[in-house]
Amino acid sequence: MNIQRFLPRDRLQTLIDQLMSAGYDVIGPQVRDHAIIFDHLAGVDQLPIGITDEQAPGRYRLEKSDSVRCFDWATGPQALKPMTFVSRETLWRSDRRPDGSLAFREEPMVTRPTAIIGIRACDLAALSIHDRHFMHGAHPDPQYSQRRQSLFLVAVNCMRSAATCFCTATGDGPRARSGYDLSLSELDEGFILEVHTERGRDVVVRLDVTEATSAQIERANAGIEQAAKQQQRTLPAGPLQDKLVAAVEHPHWKTLDDRCLSCGNCTAVCPTCFCQTHGDEISLDGRQTSHVRQWESCFNPDHSYIHGIVIRTERPQRYRQWLTHKFGTWEEQFGRSGCVGCGRCIAWCPVGIDVTEELAALLIEPGIEPPAEQPGGKSDGQSGGVAHHE
Amino acid sequence: MNNSIPHAAPRSTHRPRVAVHKFSSCDGCQLAFLNLGEPLLALAETVDILHFAEAGPIDEDAVVDIAFVEGSVATSKDAARLKRIRENSRYVITIGACATAGGIQALRNMHDSGEWIAGIYAQPEYLDLLPESRPIASIIKVDLELWGCPVNGEQVLGVTKALLIGHLPRVDHSAVCMECKRQNVVCVMVSQGKPCMGPVTQTGCGAICPKMQRDCYACYGPAVQANVSALSTYFAATGMPAREVAQRLLFINSQTEPFTSAGIHWQNKTSAAPNTNPGINPKTSLGAEQ
Ligand code: SF4
Ligand code: SF4
Ligand code: SF4
Ligand code: SF4
Repeated sequence: MNIQRFLPRDRLQTLIDQLMSAGYDVIGPQVRDHAIIFDHLAGVDQLPIGITDEQAPGRYRLEKSDSVRCFDWATGPQALKPMTFVSRETLWRSDRRPDGSLAFREEPMVTRPTAIIGIRACDLAALSIHDRHFMHGAHPDPQYSQRRQSLFLVAVNCMRSAATCFCTATGDGPRARSGYDLSLSELDEGFILEVHTERGRDVVVRLDVTEATSAQIERANAGIEQAAKQQQRTLPAGPLQDKLVAAVEHPHWKTLDDRCLSCGNCTAVCPTCFCQTHGDEISLDGRQTSHVRQWESCFNPDHSYIHGIVIRTERPQRYRQWLTHKFGTWEEQFGRSGCVGCGRCIAWCPVGIDVTEELAALLIEPGIEPPAEQPGGKSDGQSGGVAHHE
Repeated sequence: MNNSIPHAAPRSTHRPRVAVHKFSSCDGCQLAFLNLGEPLLALAETVDILHFAEAGPIDEDAVVDIAFVEGSVATSKDAARLKRIRENSRYVITIGACATAGGIQALRNMHDSGEWIAGIYAQPEYLDLLPESRPIASIIKVDLELWGCPVNGEQVLGVTKALLIGHLPRVDHSAVCMECKRQNVVCVMVSQGKPCMGPVTQTGCGAICPKMQRDCYACYGPAVQANVSALSTYFAATGMPAREVAQRLLFINSQTEPFTSAGIHWQNKTSAAPNTNPGINPKTSLGAEQ
């Protein structure tokens, strides 16, 4: 299905209205706490109109321009992940019956059909990895599946890349390829709407749209092309699994001990990371427990606590786990790399450690000096830091 | 899903007894306990609270199952009282930065506090003050330490529930950052350049400072995997003067490694203008970009 229509800018609100009248809760991007986050959306005026993001290792800033565009930014700290794989939830409870036996019950879950506007190509690619992880086989994750199945996705093709983006290197963007119902390509005068599913078409037929002209389609394509060309970062040629596994003893890993905080931010913002930890909470009277899961990270010691010992005791071992799994052994597990090139782990690492630079340094033969490292990553005037004044 | 398994362990029949003791402190941790509200009432129905000065009951020598201890060891009488508490209690649990690490008042350990006292009090001989403020564990065996200035009442309650049911409480010692992310809080360091100590600070507070657009000032002490040297090097490399880096480390938990050594390291780099008042100002002039 490839129907392209044009929606003038002043009718964008009708898309939100139609989604609502079709029964969806509508969620979209907006500015909060100095970043672009996703939350309930009622009107187009809540969208980040004229806002762009400036990103660098350890650094994220929003800037205001005169532009009329709503989607002229690349990524925020999170997108779909907190809505599908939620960060903390109760899965089941147990009650002690009067005879002392235990009764188990699933935690009831209510989801509403939800339309999310503004999802990027990288996030869709990550979603399909999560779908595979959480919904494969005979025992799909019920919570993830229920939330996932309630989603209607309106993608946005990127017309601008942040300095941290490298989705062209992973092959996941900047154009959304699959996994969405509708996509938008934003021009100053409005949006080219592309329909991808039946239910997407059901929404579009109720909008006052016209045929997109070939000139408009060309300009949209040129915009997406430009976003691809803007990208500054790249990856060593893959597949990387064998190369990374061969580099487990590389001396470069040790340098991470001077830089990596083992804070886990990179894994928490990564849209494909899925690690979780489970625990039980008990009521005061000891008669009820709740089984809670929450996001976990391979940077936490507990993550490798097995049979009485922590396996990865050193920080560089944890960084190595993250990088070799994400970019290497993921290939065997999922048939592709675990990275979709969103650049979040680079921007949201508090000390600006850059996976693309680490990979480049690691895939140099041991013995060859890697480029001199500044503490915490790059210090080229573009990266983050606490004393960087605008 | 509706399975049954046989009832494993019989529950103890006696009503558990609890005491909350206070040493040198501001009472903030006791207040955090009191602020629990409803769960505290439920707790009071499950256990006998025999000693809790801030809330009413006073019986300092009560024999209890769980003794919570707030405050640091700072006067000549504290050691003897602590030893009695240890003898009278099955579990001793410290609550808060003072009891666990000496607290903000331990800043005096790094200075000649006698000089300060002489400068403030007309008759300092009336003060009963040890030269150092020290953690409870420096005097008696402590079963569990809960950090924070103040503690998180929910965390204290969680620990209490676990002990009541007879299993070891699970305390998360990882960094504040994960909690920020779980709560969808936008990182104040990356988005605003604030010098956040969260990456090296133990979780447990619920990331309340970043949630309020503030940088964490490490009141929960060091996270288990804290890379203090990397974070402080980064602060310095991106423009924070050594003196302020030292202040970030020598603040509420100045007597705790790896904060102490790293703090002294940065203090020693401040050669030109000797630091006469370290750690008092948690807010660096560099942090906020408003
Ligand atoms: S590894 Fe980094 S760039 Fe790749 S998907 Fe994860 S967060 Fe994005
Ligand atoms: S790479 Fe950065 S974000 Fe990831 S654990 Fe290390 S310091 Fe934290
Ligand atoms: S605000 Fe502080 S605690 Fe939160 S993620 Fe950022 S550095 Fe970590
Ligand atoms: S964010 Fe940091 S300073 Fe604030 S309460 Fe939590 S541990 Fe303490």
